[in-house]
Amino acid sequence: MSDTHAQTVAYVRETMVEQKEPPLSQSGAYKWIHENMFSTPLNVILTVVSLFVIWTVLSHVLPWAVMGIWDADSLAQCREIRDQLYGADASVACWAVISERWNQLLFGFYPPELYWRPVLAFVLFLAAIAPVLFASVPRKMLWFSAAAPFVLYWLLWGGSLWGPIAVAAGFALGAVVMRFAAPALGALAGVLLAILVPLLYWFLISGPLAGALNAVIPLELVNVRSNDMGGFMLAMIIGVSGIALSLPLGIVLALGRQSDLFIINKCSVFFIEVIRGVPLIVWLFTASLLLNYFLPPGTNFDLMLRVIIMVTLFSSAYIAEVVRGGLAALPKGQYEAADALGLDYWKSMRLIILPQALKISIPGIVNTFIGLFKDTTLVVFIGLLDPIGLSNAIRASTDWNGIYWELFVFIGLCFFIFCFSMGRYSLFLEKKLRREHR
Amino acid sequence: MTTMTDPPGQGFRLSQLIYDTRYRSLTIQVVAMIVLMLLFSWLVSNTIHNLQTLGKDFDFGFLTQPSGYDINQRLIEYDSQSTHGRAAVVGILNTLLVAVLGCALATVLGVIAGVLRLSNNWLVSRLMAVYVEGFRNVPLLLWIVLIFALMTESTPAPRAFRGDTPDASMLFDAVAITNRGVYIPAIHFASPFFTNGLFNWLLILAVLGASIFAISRLRHWATEKQEATGDRPTTWYLILGLLIVPTGLLMLLMGAFLDMPSLQGFNFGGGVHLRNSLIALWLALSLYTGAFIAEIVRGGILAVNKGQTEAAYALGIRPSTTMNLVILPQALRVIIPPLISQFLNLTKNSSLAIAVGYMDVRSTLGGITINQTGRELEGMLLLGLFYLVLSLLISGVMNVYNASVKLKER
Repeated sequence: MSDTHAQTVAYVRETMVEQKEPPLSQSGAYKWIHENMFSTPLNVILTVVSLFVIWTVLSHVLPWAVMGIWDADSLAQCREIRDQLYGADASVACWAVISERWNQLLFGFYPPELYWRPVLAFVLFLAAIAPVLFASVPRKMLWFSAAAPFVLYWLLWGGSLWGPIAVAAGFALGAVVMRFAAPALGALAGVLLAILVPLLYWFLISGPLAGALNAVIPLELVNVRSNDMGGFMLAMIIGVSGIALSLPLGIVLALGRQSDLFIINKCSVFFIEVIRGVPLIVWLFTASLLLNYFLPPGTNFDLMLRVIIMVTLFSSAYIAEVVRGGLAALPKGQYEAADALGLDYWKSMRLIILPQALKISIPGIVNTFIGLFKDTTLVVFIGLLDPIGLSNAIRASTDWNGIYWELFVFIGLCFFIFCFSMGRYSLFLEKKLRREHR
Repeated sequence: MTTMTDPPGQGFRLSQLIYDTRYRSLTIQVVAMIVLMLLFSWLVSNTIHNLQTLGKDFDFGFLTQPSGYDINQRLIEYDSQSTHGRAAVVGILNTLLVAVLGCALATVLGVIAGVLRLSNNWLVSRLMAVYVEGFRNVPLLLWIVLIFALMTESTPAPRAFRGDTPDASMLFDAVAITNRGVYIPAIHFASPFFTNGLFNWLLILAVLGASIFAISRLRHWATEKQEATGDRPTTWYLILGLLIVPTGLLMLLMGAFLDMPSLQGFNFGGGVHLRNSLIALWLALSLYTGAFIAEIVRGGILAVNKGQTEAAYALGIRPSTTMNLVILPQALRVIIPPLISQFLNLTKNSSLAIAVGYMDVRSTLGGITINQTGRELEGMLLLGLFYLVLSLLISGVMNVYNASVKLKER
C-alpha cells in the first residue's frame, strides 16, 4: 500500500529547510520594547509621560548631586566655590556639610575619641543577629547572641563590666534553678522558684557583688551619659531594643487576646486597643510629662529608657494584632490535632501553633518593625537628638544656616537603606519558609 | 457488670486549685486580677500622693477659662478671649480637616499608583515601585519637614509677583503659590437674601445630596428596565444634568462669585489663604499613606483568582464589565479593611503637625493649653480620649462593613 501511495505523490522534499532567524519584530530588544512600552495608544502615552517625569527629575537632581562641593567650611564658602566653578546661577549641592558633620549625624555628641566603641558595638551587633537571621550560620553563635545585649550595653554606656555580668548571672541562675529544682519540686514550684530566686538575687546581691568584683579586678570604660548619644546611634539603640523586646511581649498579648480566660482576655483587649488608638507622639509626651506622676516620689530615670519602654509597649500592641491574625488564619484542625496529641497549652503553642502562626505573620511583623524604626524619629519632640533633631541643630549654627536638602537626602538615604533591607529580608524569609506550591 | 468511671471521692483538696484543669483557670484569673488591682492601686496612690505634694488637684475647670492665645487657622469663631475648651474644639476641627483632606488625596494617589504598578508598561510599573518603596522606607517626619522646606524655600515671595515683568506669575490668574502659603479663589455670595455663609453651604450640600439620591434612583430604574426588557436606556446625560443643574441654579440664585486673590500691598489679599503648614502636612500625609494604599490595592487585585477573570471572559462578558461586576467586588473585600486602618493611621499621624506648627488638637489642647495651665494629667487624658474615641468609632464602622461583606459560609 505504502508503495503505491508513494508513487501517487509527485514531489517529496527529502531535506529540512534551513532554520531562519525569527522576524525582527518578534525577537530581541525590539519585541520587548514594543510589548512592554508601546503596545497600545494608552501605553504609548504612559511611556512618554514617564520618560518626561524621569527626565525632569534626573535633569535637576543629577547635576545638583554630582557637581556637589565636598570641601568647604561653611555654606558661604560653598557658595564662593560654586561661583568660581560654575557661576552664580548654578544649583549645586553643598555636600561639605555631610563631610564636616557626618560624625554628629551618626553619633550625636558622643565623645569623638570614643567613636570606636559604637562602631565596635555595631559590628558585634551584626555578628550577634547573624545566627538569628540566617540558619546557615553555626548554631554555637547563638550563645554569643545571648551575651550580646550585656556586652553592647557595656560598650555604649561604659562603666564597670561587672555590672552587666552580675545582671546576666541572674538569668543564668534562673536557668540553673529551673534545670535542677523543677524535677525535684514539680513543674509549677520550679517555675515560681526560677522567677523568685533571680529577683531576690538582683535586688539584694548583684549590686554589692558587682562592686566587690570591680574592687578586686577593675574592668572599666569611661562612662558616657545617654544625653550625649544622638543621631543614627540613638535611632539604632531605640529601634533595636524596641524590636527585640516588643516581639515576645506582642506574642504574649496575642495569646492573651485569644485566651479563653475571661479576665486575661479582656485585659489584653483593653491594653491593645488603648495603645493602638492613641498616636505614638502622645505616648511619648506621656512618658516625658506624666510618668513621674505614676511612680513613687523621687523616682527619676533616664529619658531614653522611658522612650524605649513606650516604644516597646506601642509596637507590641501592633505586633499582637498581627500575630492574632496569624493565629486566626490557622485551620482549626491544627489546634484540635495538638489537643488530640495530649499536649498541654504551652507545649501545643510552642510546638504546633506558634511556629505556623508566626510564619504567616512574618510580613506584618517586619512591617511593624520597619514602622518602629521609622518612628524613632519622633523622639525629637521630647528633646532627644535623633538625626532630624541634629539636622535642626546643624542648621542653627551660623556656618550652615539655610542648608536643607543635603541633610535631608543623607538622613533619608540612611533610613532607606535600613528599612529597605529589612523589607527584603522579610521577602527572603517568606520564600525560604514557604512549604506549598514550590 | 458495672464499670467504675468516677474517681474515688475524696472531697475537695487544695492542690486541685493548681493541678485540676477545672479549677486551674479560675485560680490563674483570680491571681491575675489581684496582681492587676495591686498594680493599679499602686499607680493611683502614687498619682494622688504626687499631686498632693505638688499642690495640684484633678480638675477640668480650666476648660472654661479664657485661653489667652491665638490660633492662626480656625474653622469656627475663635479669639484669645475664648475658652480653652473652644481652643480644643478648634484643634479637633483642624485635625479632622487635615485627616479628611489627607484620606481623600491618599486614596486617589494610592489607587492610581496601585493600578499603574500592575500595568504591563514596564517603565510605569518601575516608576510606581520607586514611589512606593521610597515613601514607605523613609520616616514620615522627614517627608513632612522636607515638603515644608520645599514650600517655604523654593517658592517665590509675594513681592516676586509685583511689577510689569514679575518673576513669578499666578496659575490661571487664580492660584498664587508663595512662600507664605497658597492663595486660591474663594466663593462668596452676593445675594441679599443669602447672607449666612455656613447656611448657604449647608443648603448647597443638601441640594447636592438630593441630586445624588435622584441619580441613584435613576440608575436603579435603568437597571430594572434592563432586567425587564434587556435594553439599558441611555442615562448619562440625565445623570450629568441632575448633577450640575440644580446646584448650579441654586448658586446662581445666591449670586455666587469667585473672589480672586490679588496683590494688596506687601501680601496677597482676597481668596482663601492655605498656610504652608496645612499644605505641607496634607501633601506629606497623602503621599506617604498613598504609598501604603498602593500596596493594599495591588495586593487586593492580585488576590482575585485569575480563574474568575477567565470565567467571566468565557461567559462573553466584556473586560470593563468584568472589572466592575466580577473583580472589583471581590478585590474590595480584601482592600477595604486595611484601607480603613490606613485612614486611621493617617489620622493618628496628623499629630505630627507639631513639626510644621499646624494647630491641630495636639498643639492646642495637648500643647499650649497644657503649658499655660500646667494641667498635664487632665490635658493628656482628654487628648488620649479624643484619639481613642475616634479610632474606636472608625474601627466600629469597619467591623460593621466586614460583617456585611463576609463570605457567607456554613
